[in-house]
Amino acid sequence: MNDTIIGIHHLNVTHAGTPILKDVNLEIPRNRVTVILGPSGCGKTTLLKCLNRLIDIYNGLDVSGQIYLDGEEILNRRNDLTRIRQKMGLLSQRPYPLPMSIFDNVAYGLKIQGLRNRDELADRVEFYLRQVNLWEEVKDRLKSPATRLSIGQQQRLCLARGLAVEPEIILADEPTSALDPLSSTCIEEQFMKLKRDYTILIVTHIMRQARRLADHVIFIYLGEVIEQGTPTQIFDHPQHPTTKQYLRVGH
Amino acid sequence: MRRKNIEERIFKSLAAAATYLIIAVLLFLIVVILKNGLRALDWGMLTKVPQGGFYFGEEGGILNAIVGSFYLALGATFLAFIIGLPVALYMNIHLLRQRFWLNRIRFLLDVLWGVPSIVYGAFGFTLMLLLGLRASLLAGILTVTLLIVPIMIRSMDEVLQTIPRGLLESAYALGSTRSEVAIKVYIRQALPGVITALLLSFGRGIGDAAAVLFTAGYTDYIPTSLNQPTATLPLAIFFQLSSPIPAVRERAYASAVVLTVIILIVSLAARLLSAKYREHVIK
Amino acid sequence: MHRRKIIDRLISGWMAAGLFFVLMIPLAIGLGLVLKSLPILKILALPELLGGSIWKPLSGQFGFKPFILSSVYVTLISFLIAGPVCLLSAIYLTQYASRRLLSLMQPVIDILAGIPSVVYGVWGVLVIVPFVIRLAELREVAISGYCLLSGGIVLAVMSIPFILNILIEVIQAIPIELKEASLSVGASYWETIKWVLLRAGFSGIMAAFGLGISKALGETIAVLMVVGNVVQIPQSLFEAGYPLPALIANNYGEMMSIPLYDSALMFGALILFVIIVLFNGLARLAINHGERYR
Repeated sequence: MNDTIIGIHHLNVTHAGTPILKDVNLEIPRNRVTVILGPSGCGKTTLLKCLNRLIDIYNGLDVSGQIYLDGEEILNRRNDLTRIRQKMGLLSQRPYPLPMSIFDNVAYGLKIQGLRNRDELADRVEFYLRQVNLWEEVKDRLKSPATRLSIGQQQRLCLARGLAVEPEIILADEPTSALDPLSSTCIEEQFMKLKRDYTILIVTHIMRQARRLADHVIFIYLGEVIEQGTPTQIFDHPQHPTTKQYLRVGH
Repeated sequence: MRRKNIEERIFKSLAAAATYLIIAVLLFLIVVILKNGLRALDWGMLTKVPQGGFYFGEEGGILNAIVGSFYLALGATFLAFIIGLPVALYMNIHLLRQRFWLNRIRFLLDVLWGVPSIVYGAFGFTLMLLLGLRASLLAGILTVTLLIVPIMIRSMDEVLQTIPRGLLESAYALGSTRSEVAIKVYIRQALPGVITALLLSFGRGIGDAAAVLFTAGYTDYIPTSLNQPTATLPLAIFFQLSSPIPAVRERAYASAVVLTVIILIVSLAARLLSAKYREHVIK
Repeated sequence: MHRRKIIDRLISGWMAAGLFFVLMIPLAIGLGLVLKSLPILKILALPELLGGSIWKPLSGQFGFKPFILSSVYVTLISFLIAGPVCLLSAIYLTQYASRRLLSLMQPVIDILAGIPSVVYGVWGVLVIVPFVIRLAELREVAISGYCLLSGGIVLAVMSIPFILNILIEVIQAIPIELKEASLSVGASYWETIKWVLLRAGFSGIMAAFGLGISKALGETIAVLMVVGNVVQIPQSLFEAGYPLPALIANNYGEMMSIPLYDSALMFGALILFVIIVLFNGLARLAINHGERYR
């Protein structure tokens, strides 16, 4: 737990004077599953979007503080955002396949990186579709629009799309909330498999999911980090009254 | 990587240029209209009818067109309102569950909105002959009514659609009939939106030339009955601008300013109202 | 209680009657124009009317080709100007510009859209016509300035607010998560626009263009004031044209005094009506379909 991949220092986000995140200080361990737990609307998603600077596309947000990725400050730099973003794959609440074929969805990031060789593209697409257990289901219709897939398949496709650019970190924002139980299990299994090679950061409000997946749990409430630690510490011996209450009322 | 950045730069600057070009054109347009019009505008222009014929007489003003336009647009807005409001209410109360028909009605209204005013004008002319009317204020009002009814209905419909269904259901639960719901609940809830719809329709009605060209005629005088022809601002501009006499052309520029100012006031009022309205809508 | 029910019946009846009336408008317009066009359709065959290029009402010759072609040319010119400008501006306003610029632009668009056609015409006469004369002088052509190009430019300026408004709505309706997905795999803004937004909004963008074109086709007064109105098949941008709406608007005075002339003009209105309803309908379908897809 001594190897830190992301360091967050004094991160503040406000919207029109209302604080969304208040003085957040965190260290995210490398090659572990970190779960950010907390009720809806407490700033979890905002925190995630600060990490890959997607926060930029939302108007009217003031962001201050520092975020270090591999020792490099990313919050206050203006250029080369694309390289930083490629270090992180994003999985959002609902799957949003790009308006193109299944194949092109996975190949999109690779083409952006400049990979043009057809054979290599095909190899890599197959590799990542296999990695998310989707290849067998779609190998005969790679050219059909991605929107024809079921929601669960779409989410796995989105995971493959993120993995294809070879990120170090996977950011997942309540990745199973729109899925049926079977697809959810499938996604969770992917995470367990992936955590050997990736740092995984999952935002969720489902406590059982947090318990199943987490190596490290961070509890956020109303924009503040209340408590963090191993699952055992947080779930079995919570220190802070807010955590205790949330665990008692929670799901 | 370099090439990608250059491409992005080029398109971003082009896109910015397009936007600023649009703003510049608007400013340019308003400046040109104001510059020519304000020079021509004085108190006499606004308070006198043309002397010696609108096309040749050098004296007089455009009062006939101002008053005529207001008569025409107010008449048409009123008619369109008493047809349009009930239709919009009917769609959102009685037909609320008939999605199939609602979609088709909205589609038809949208298409009608796109029919050009010259076609309404030609149709109005045909209708006028059929009814045995002459080119007159009445014929003009009827034609413009047809033109603005789809606008009226669709803009009120957009507002009424935002009213939560729960409101309707709770009113039914209290034992109201459907028309009581319509009058007491819906109209009150949607009032600012309804006024916006009125303003929009009025603006469209007062500015349209092609529909009244056939049907309203043109005259130097202020009409005193519905059967008399009437002057309108758009036609005052259109006819007088082509005159060889400079003093007559001045009247066209003056009419353009008056019409533009009326439209500006109407669209600003509609904007303010709908902004205010949005504040009160809870999502 | 009884009285309330009667009142309810009456009001509901009035509402239904109003709806019936409104739904009858397109039918009545179509039917009225068809009936009025019948006399000329009885004498001249459709291909002759649409394909003929001689227009001599006094000798009973009604060829609509010059007018149809003029309409097509003017509309095409306006679209070639307005289409790219609107798409670029819509992209800038929704993707690059600050929110303040977008909210500043909204009233600008509204005002531009509200300004009556005839005022655009005045502006065209005062500004665009002299500008086009200058332009022709550069190429050493002496012209009156009242020509296809002037008509096209004025028409373009008029359609810009209309098209831009729809485009902004279309682009804003694309879920922001698509943009996030594209950015998060390392695409730049421009790549995201090019590969994702334009594709996701494709049907909506086409529909906006379709609506713009159908509006331009029917535009009357502003074009009439600057386009020259000479019956001919124009050979260059600097030659005068005579679009269909202008033909109808210019001749309503004489049409009752020459046999078949009124029928011919109503046939012109019918052509416009049919084409525009078709265009409009298809564009609306595309927009509605796009909404459902989301």
